Parts: sequence; C-alpha cells; structure tokens
Amino acid sequence: MQFFFEVLIGGLLSGVMYSLVALGFVLIFKASGVFNFAQGAMVFFAALSLVGFMEHGAPLWLAFILAFVVMTLFGIATEKFVLRKMVNQPPIALFMATIGLSFFIDGFAPLLWGNEVRALDIGLVDEPIPWILDNWNMVISKFDLFAAGLALALVALLALFFQYTRIGRALRAVADDHQAALSIGIPLQHIWALVWAVAGFVALVAGMLWGSRNGVQFALTFTALKALPVLILGGFTSVPGAIVGGLIIGASEKLAEIYIPPVMAGWFGGNFGGIEGWFPYVMALLFLLVRPEGLFGEKHIDRV
Amino acid sequence: MGSYLSINNIEVIYDHVILVLKGVSLDVPQGKIVALLGANGAGKTTTLKAISNLLRAERGEVTKGDIQFKDRRVDQMTPNEMVKGGVIQVMEGRHCFAHLTVEENLLTGAYTQAQSRAELKASLEKVYQYFPRLKQRRSSQAGYTSGGEQQMTAIGRALMANPEMILLDEPSMGLAPQIVEEIFEIVRDLNQREKVSFLLAEQNTMVALRYADFGYILENGRVVMEGQAEDLRSNEDVKEFYLGLSSAGRKSFREVKHYRRRKRWLA
Ligand SMILES: Nc1ncnc2c1ncn2[C@@H]1O[C@H](COP(=O)(O)OP(=O)(O)OP(=O)(O)O)[C@@H](O)[C@H]1O
Ligand SMILES: [Mg+2]
Repeated sequence: MQFFFEVLIGGLLSGVMYSLVALGFVLIFKASGVFNFAQGAMVFFAALSLVGFMEHGAPLWLAFILAFVVMTLFGIATEKFVLRKMVNQPPIALFMATIGLSFFIDGFAPLLWGNEVRALDIGLVDEPIPWILDNWNMVISKFDLFAAGLALALVALLALFFQYTRIGRALRAVADDHQAALSIGIPLQHIWALVWAVAGFVALVAGMLWGSRNGVQFALTFTALKALPVLILGGFTSVPGAIVGGLIIGASEKLAEIYIPPVMAGWFGGNFGGIEGWFPYVMALLFLLVRPEGLFGEKHIDRV
Repeated sequence: MGSYLSINNIEVIYDHVILVLKGVSLDVPQGKIVALLGANGAGKTTTLKAISNLLRAERGEVTKGDIQFKDRRVDQMTPNEMVKGGVIQVMEGRHCFAHLTVEENLLTGAYTQAQSRAELKASLEKVYQYFPRLKQRRSSQAGYTSGGEQQMTAIGRALMANPEMILLDEPSMGLAPQIVEEIFEIVRDLNQREKVSFLLAEQNTMVALRYADFGYILENGRVVMEGQAEDLRSNEDVKEFYLGLSSAGRKSFREVKHYRRRKRWLA
C-alpha cells in the first residue's frame, strides 16, 4: 500500500508539470481561439534560452529574466507578424500557422543556441525527502515536490491575476466575446500580445523544471505535447480543467506503468514496459468517446 | 458650421464587393436623440459601425465620403480611439460577456478610463442609480440574466466609459413592451441629465419616434426620408410603411401595390 501511494504521489507531482504546459495552451485558446500547437516548442525554446544565458555566465535569476524577455518579444512578434495578419481567417488556418511556428522554433532555436543536449542546474537535487522516508517509508522526490509547489504557486498567481485585475478582466472579456470587447475600446492586439507573453512565461517555468530534470533537448517539445491528453481530459477552455487533467494524467500514467505490465504479461506473456509513453493518449481517446467537452469544458451559456 | 456628429455621403463596402451603404448623410446635433429607422437589412447597423469603426473587424470599409465628430475626421480611427474620444457603440443583440458577472461586465466598460479605485466605484454607483435592477443582480453571471437585464448591462457598460455619445443598436430587440418602455425612459433620462447624445437604430419605429428628436429612414442603404420626430410620426407614408397603421383602415392588395410604387419613388 505504501508503494501504491508512493507511485501515486510521484505521479501527481509530475502531473503538475503537465498542468503547467496545458495552462499555456488554455490561456491562448481562451483569449484568441487559437490552438497553439507551438506551445511545446516554446517550452523547448524557453529552456534553451535559459541555459544559453547561463552558459554565457549569467546567474540563474538573471538568465531567467533574460529568457522571459526573449519569450515576451517572441510572443509580441508572433502576434504582430503572424496572427494579426490572419485575423478573420478560419481557426484551422491559424492552427496550421502555429504548426509552422512550431517547426520554425525547433529549427531556429538550436541555430541560435547550438543543438547539443545541455544539463540545466537550478540547484535542486532529485533525492528523497528524508523526513517522509523516515516516518512513512515512502520515496518522495524533493525535486518533484519543489517543482509542483512552484507550478501551483504560478497557477494560483495567474488565477488571482485573471480574477481581480483590470487587465485580467479584459482578458476574460476578450475570451468571451471579441466583438463586444472591441466595442468598449479594449485593444485586442494588446491583449493577445499579453496572452502570448504570459504563455511564454508559463513555458519558461515548465522548461526550466523539465530541462533541469531531463536535460535541455529537442525531446522537450514532445514531452510538452503530453499536454494534449491533459487538454482533452480537462477541456480546452478551463483553467481548473488543465490543472486537474494534468494531475489525473500524471498519476494514471505512473500507476499504469507499474501495475499494467504484470497483468498484461500474465495474459499474453512478454514484456510490456514503456506504457507511460502511450497510456495518456489512449486514455484521452477513450475519454473523447465518453465526454468530448472534457471534464470542465466551459458550459456554453445559451441564453446569450 | 460647427456640427457635432456628421456623416457625409458615405459608401460602405463589405469584403471588397458588397456595396451596402450607397451615399448616406446624417447629422446628430449635440445633446439630441436621433433615430435611425428602417427594415431588416436597410443598413442601420452598418451605419453605426462605420461611426464606431467596428466595421473593419468585419471586413467592411468606408470607401467614399467622410465622418466628422466635433469637426475632426474620425473614419480612420480605431474603436479604442473612438471610445477614448467619447463615442461608444452598444451592439445589437447586447453582447454581454456571458461568463463575467454583471458588475464585472460594467467594470470592463471602464477599461479605457484611467480611473482611481474611488472614481471607479463612483461610476459604478451612478450606473446602479440609473439601473437599480443591475445592483440586485450584480454578482450573477450575465449569461443567466434576462434579456432586459442584459440590455441594461450593455448600456451600463458603455456608460462606464464616460461617453458623450452612444450609438445604440436595436435596444428593443426581443424584449417585452414594458421593458422596452423602461429602457427608453432611461435613455431619455441619460440624455437629459447626463447630456449624452444618442444615435438610435431601431426597427420599432413607433417607440423610437416617441423618444427621439429627429429621425432618418433608411432603405436599401439610402436615406429615403428625414424629419422632426413628430412630423415623421404623423406622416402618412411613414404610418403606412413603418408603423403599420393607416387612417383608411386595412389596405387592399391593390393599395399595397400602389404603395409599393410610391415606396420606390421615395427611394
Ligand atoms: N459582415 C458583413 N459582410 C457582408 N455583408 C454584410 C455584413 N454585415 C451586413 N451585411 C449586409 O449589409 C446589409 C445591411 O445590413 P445591416 O446589418 O447594416 O442592416 P440593419 O439595418 O442593421 O438590419 P437589421 O434590422 O436586420 O439589424 C444587409 O444586406 C447585410 O446582409
Ligand atoms: Mg442591425
């Protein structure tokens, strides 16, 4: 039983990171209706910039700020040179544009920063927390706990920002009704640029955490795509959905990895490792059949 | 001559090919309520959007003529600049932010205003004075309020931007007669007490002409008639075509045809 909880908690903690990436998708999707396929590539780009600045001698905090500036500029440029030109185009065209953007980043980022795999040290070690090990005999990683804490803090901060600030309110207004937002003088372009900058910030935090755990490399783009099943589970427009969806995916993929292979081997014989890699997608697929709007898919209010 | 809002012979084209306004001219004097009347598809909404500059977001364009507000040309401005300059549109169909509460809806209206917390609170209170019902519903999601409350929210939201002029598009749409009356009473109040000028697009000719000072009738993208509201109300043609009344009682088919011809002549 202890082991079960150990796997569960480890899964939940790593799931928070999926939530973080999913959150980046949700923000952009809600505010501009663009499904930003490039979010994964942005995680990669952000992590790479962070490492790049650190290699040039910047301490972590400075490199973080510089990388954030890079991501913000990137967001503004994307809004200005890609999305603004495509206003009023069908969503699929915008989606294709973000796929293009994703490939562009994957090619451009290594050009800028070099393409070898880099280690990113943010001064945290991946070792068990002694106190929990002693009292409950469970291995819970310090790193995972810290990462999860940081991610949750970020999510809470964003939630407060959206709920209570003037800009946050404007952002939700734009998400609800572009036309009406425009009619009361909210400049959509500013809001969109802002959303991309926030998504860039979220990508940077995710990239920093993931990069320091697995190394900064191209594969980050794909790890980040694990956010897709999270979105299907949580609903594309729901911030709480992104969070809960991430937790579910994180926990279930780790549990599946541990508990399914013995069962499968019992039935069919052979080796069934690596379930973690595809289990979330299968889960998302099954979920799509049952509840296509996701757990928290925003209810469309019909009376309006 | 120092006019307030004046539209001079504008032509509007959508999608580069669809000609919708074919030379519309109209004036709104300061402090007045002017009604813009006409049937479905006459071009009322298009005219309002040309003024508020919301047209471009729908791939529409003013291709001829010009629009002046307080002797400044405004037809190439952004909606944001128009709102800051004091002209705001309340769109047809209300367009409240469904997932925001009524109060949040109102607050978004102040986006362009650099206001302190206290000023913001005062503006809110003022809106609640005109729309006491909104105060009761302040924390409900706008999407779940009634049509009348949504219309009030939309007007209240516009008021939060401190406008001198409101372009109000079909406020009566889909509302029960008493609610329509209630809303028009508030419009008159705002006009008299806050000195807000109104350009009011309506299909509900009868009600609009009772509250307006002046009226224009639009047909197929052209102004076919204009005059003081009371003159229009007593005009036989207007009664026939837009109020659906006639001193001679019910029309025969032949009379209808006759009026059709006259209608064409009017155009
Ligand atoms: N975005 C658009 N693209 C193309 N044509 C449009 C567009 N918007 C309006 N039109 C056309 O312009 C004409 C005038 O429309 P408009 O909405 O201005 O009329 P209206 O007088 O407001 O009508 P209603 O009373 O139905 O609101 C209509 O024929 C309409 O089909
Ligand atoms: Mg209309």
